[in-house]
Amino acid sequence: MSELRPELQKICAWIKPGSRVLDLGCGDGSLLEWLQNNRDITGYGVEINPANVLSCLKKNINIIQVDLDAGLTDFADNSFDYVIMTQALQALQRPDKTLLEMIRVGRQSIVTFPNFGLWKHRLYLSLNGRMPVSKALPAQWYDTQNIHLCTVNDFEGFCDEQAMTISKKDIVDYDHKPGALMKLWPNFFGEIALYQINGK
Amino acid sequence: MIEPKTLHFDEALLLSSGKTIEKYDIVYETYGSLNAQADNAVLVCHALSADHHAAGYHDEGDAKPGWWDLCIGPGKAIDTNRFFVVSPCNLGHCSGSTGPRSINPQTNKAYGPDFPIVTVSDWVNYQKRLADKLGISQWAAVTGGSLGGMQAMQWAIQFPEKVRHAVVIASAPKLSAQNIAFNAVARQAIMSDPDFHEGRYYDYDVVPASGLKVARMLGHITYLSDDAMGDKFGRELKNDQLNYDYGVEFQVESYLRYQGESFVSRFDANTYLLMTKALDYFDPADEQDGNLSEVFKPVKAKFFLASFTTDWRFSPKRSREIVRALTDAGRDVSYLEFESNHGHDAFLVENDEYTDAFAAYMQNIEVSI
Repeated sequence: MSELRPELQKICAWIKPGSRVLDLGCGDGSLLEWLQNNRDITGYGVEINPANVLSCLKKNINIIQVDLDAGLTDFADNSFDYVIMTQALQALQRPDKTLLEMIRVGRQSIVTFPNFGLWKHRLYLSLNGRMPVSKALPAQWYDTQNIHLCTVNDFEGFCDEQAMTISKKDIVDYDHKPGALMKLWPNFFGEIALYQINGK
Repeated sequence: MIEPKTLHFDEALLLSSGKTIEKYDIVYETYGSLNAQADNAVLVCHALSADHHAAGYHDEGDAKPGWWDLCIGPGKAIDTNRFFVVSPCNLGHCSGSTGPRSINPQTNKAYGPDFPIVTVSDWVNYQKRLADKLGISQWAAVTGGSLGGMQAMQWAIQFPEKVRHAVVIASAPKLSAQNIAFNAVARQAIMSDPDFHEGRYYDYDVVPASGLKVARMLGHITYLSDDAMGDKFGRELKNDQLNYDYGVEFQVESYLRYQGESFVSRFDANTYLLMTKALDYFDPADEQDGNLSEVFKPVKAKFFLASFTTDWRFSPKRSREIVRALTDAGRDVSYLEFESNHGHDAFLVENDEYTDAFAAYMQNIEVSI
């Protein structure tokens, strides 16, 4: 697993071998490639960026170039064991709609995002009075792709409202390591949030 | 230089209409060489107005290479250093393979309107005869754009064991009412030409030139996008001023007339009628009550689909109908949508994103060395 970024390694551990997987915003296709070679999965990646799409083709994975914001109309209800979306939630036009689409299409959905409730962001905003800029969120307010940032509590609140079940959860730091403080106060100390959710 | 070859067939071919063609010629070109295991063959299927001449030049003086030279050749997407490419001219066409202009052995006169209507499925059977003769029991890939893509799809459905990959570019799972309507107008233009003589115009030594010209002009509009036409012609005039008459005034009028006229000199009106019918009839889902994913379930081939943003003849939406059916059936598919302002013709136009992606897909097709 050494070549995969730590977050993807964590997700791989959640995926049962032989599953059918849909990876939304799959980037260069590393996760699907790894799962295909090591977990015998089948499935598709969805990606919009042409350079990423090309690397997916080179990796010999099924790639579908469509805009996630336009919905998952290419996929039938309950047609995947897992629908994965890593670090893309905050860049969507309507993350709520995409999450509901994921629940429709997949029996389990795996979502990861940066926790905006992190104390550093709160401190930055309260001390500087300006939108937080950090290593994980390096862009300025006007040119950021992260247009719908949320906190751990926001996300869990949404799941609750939509009657979604959280079946797995992992709150870690930017190196994807857990910590005692994060465990106690995830919304204050968690840097990256990983969730596995499903509909009822 | 490329030289077309001809094979003669005496086994009758039963067509979807119930009619048969007793004897026929298949004209085809090949590029590259077939390997010892015969597992590197790629079939290229042509669309409405193209033919077997898909790549290279026939003659040093040729102004243009074959219609898909952009994608076929050494180091290109369909790399002839790896693949053996077979490009046949379809049955009913007018470039050498048996068609309405050929002699009907029963009457010793040209078939004309008596040439039976052929379907995409008939072409697949016909191309299979050629494959058998060439010693190809399975295609590494069957490829094509537009009507050619329909043939690739049909191959994967009709002979699941004989196709490893299907490349379907700028195509559709069936024509829309609007597509059929355009074809109907094109046919009406041809059939209402006084020189048409109910399709027997060969007997009168004339061709329904004005009808065929209008049909082509109409077709051509549907191949280009509004943007492409705007960029190329805008409202530019031929002679700087309005003449207040009905002559050719705008550049776009002049262009369309030129396209129509040059088409008339190389194409047969009966073939045009036939090709538009093959398009209209194509609907592989029909045998499963319109459920395309059921039709794709027994398919073994992996699919590569591509569409172009400004194609309004077979828009990206139409390709996605195919994608949806394939994903529902659990088949392997990659789908790409390319930015282009060239409309339906974009699959023939240089565009690195398109050719690089196509090449990347083809590279992963395993062939013996």
